[in-house]
Amino acid sequence: MVLGAGKTAFGAFPDRSLRSLAVEAIEHALHDANIVPSQADAFYLGNFAGAPFTGQNHLAPYVASHAGLNGIPCTRVENACASGGSAFYQAWQAVGAGLYDFVVVAGVEKMTSQATPKVAEILAGAGDMATEGACGATFPSLFAMIARRHMYEFGTTREQLASVAVKNHANGARNPLAHMRKEITLEQALAGKVVAEPLTIYDCSLISDGAAALVLAPLERARGLSNRFAKILTVVQTSDHVALAEKRDITAFPAVVAAARQAYDKASVGPQDIDFAEVHDCFTIAEIVASEDLGFVAKGDGGRFAEAGCSARNGKIPINSTGGLKAKGHPVGATGVAQVCDVVAQLRGEAADCQVPRRRIGLAQNLGGSGATCVVSILGNV
Amino acid sequence: MTGIVYSETVIFLAPADFVNEAPYQIAIVDLDNGKRETGRMIEDRVSIGDRVTLCEHRNGVPVFKKSNAVR
Repeated sequence: MVLGAGKTAFGAFPDRSLRSLAVEAIEHALHDANIVPSQADAFYLGNFAGAPFTGQNHLAPYVASHAGLNGIPCTRVENACASGGSAFYQAWQAVGAGLYDFVVVAGVEKMTSQATPKVAEILAGAGDMATEGACGATFPSLFAMIARRHMYEFGTTREQLASVAVKNHANGARNPLAHMRKEITLEQALAGKVVAEPLTIYDCSLISDGAAALVLAPLERARGLSNRFAKILTVVQTSDHVALAEKRDITAFPAVVAAARQAYDKASVGPQDIDFAEVHDCFTIAEIVASEDLGFVAKGDGGRFAEAGCSARNGKIPINSTGGLKAKGHPVGATGVAQVCDVVAQLRGEAADCQVPRRRIGLAQNLGGSGATCVVSILGNV
Repeated sequence: MTGIVYSETVIFLAPADFVNEAPYQIAIVDLDNGKRETGRMIEDRVSIGDRVTLCEHRNGVPVFKKSNAVR
């Protein structure tokens, strides 16, 4: 069960440290769970690159000790952009194994203290440094090559990519915790500065600071503390090659396809049962590919699905109703935890202006690198 | 050695060590020997399906150019 959820705002916060962001999110989650810090039995922290960004390592106890979580096992989990989802997976397993009553899981990244070329260099470390980094490849360039191939094979258009950005900006404008609360037009998205052809600045998620946290507990402990808990139906984590060139087909992520298939099996649901989803739109093409890999739409039709409004907040399957990584922001290590926080808020009917109409079952999909780690979580109303 | 471009992009926003080289093109190339490699393109810009020739390795990175652009 998710007993409590809490997030900081996402954005550029020059006066905030990594630790203060993480502590704030943990305090929100503990308060939401109606427990005190001394009740926590274990702590997992998702973080990608704390040391390159801030100089600080040994982050799990560094954060936990300032949140009142003293003396308990504290473990940092790193899986690139899926660090948060992977930390959530560890926490969920620990609760499921019966080891603990209350587990706190947080995700945090502090990115904006570095200049953009340095950020690009650090993020490139989520790819294969020997074969991709050495070429001068950036993360946007890897997804740009995915986009080019998807356009070549399926006729996906620049306009369809841009329609994802327009939708997510419109959603983010309704989210008070989003980094970018500004609607954009299709023309603006298409005319953006090129980052890596065919992707413009509007196809790319944001460089953000932020944190998110959850409190997990077994059902028997959750009962009586809160009536607002959300049930974790399943969490599945999968993996694949890190280098893009080691994949046979880059227009799909086998790790996502496998995670989705296993998650649907374990939760005894199908893609048609998912009421809404938070997916990993690190780039617009990634949301299009995710909608296909998760089975919401047939292979190759993801661009047309987005352009037709099927993934809008009132569409067939609302995707990223909170703005996604594109507008909400993408503090890398926080993202996977924040997605689950957002799913929980939707299930509870507490998503305010971002609320989706149907809220029985929600899905979160967190992707690491260019598809080498995937975490798919399915949550439901009890 | 030659190969066929499987996908490509031109990078405008480069990492710190490559800022002075931007914009530059990289590509994933299906080589005639069955291997698939990521490399740098020089000279003419290429598109998916173009035949390219492996010119050299620079710091371990394969460098390709468009096959019909041989001068």
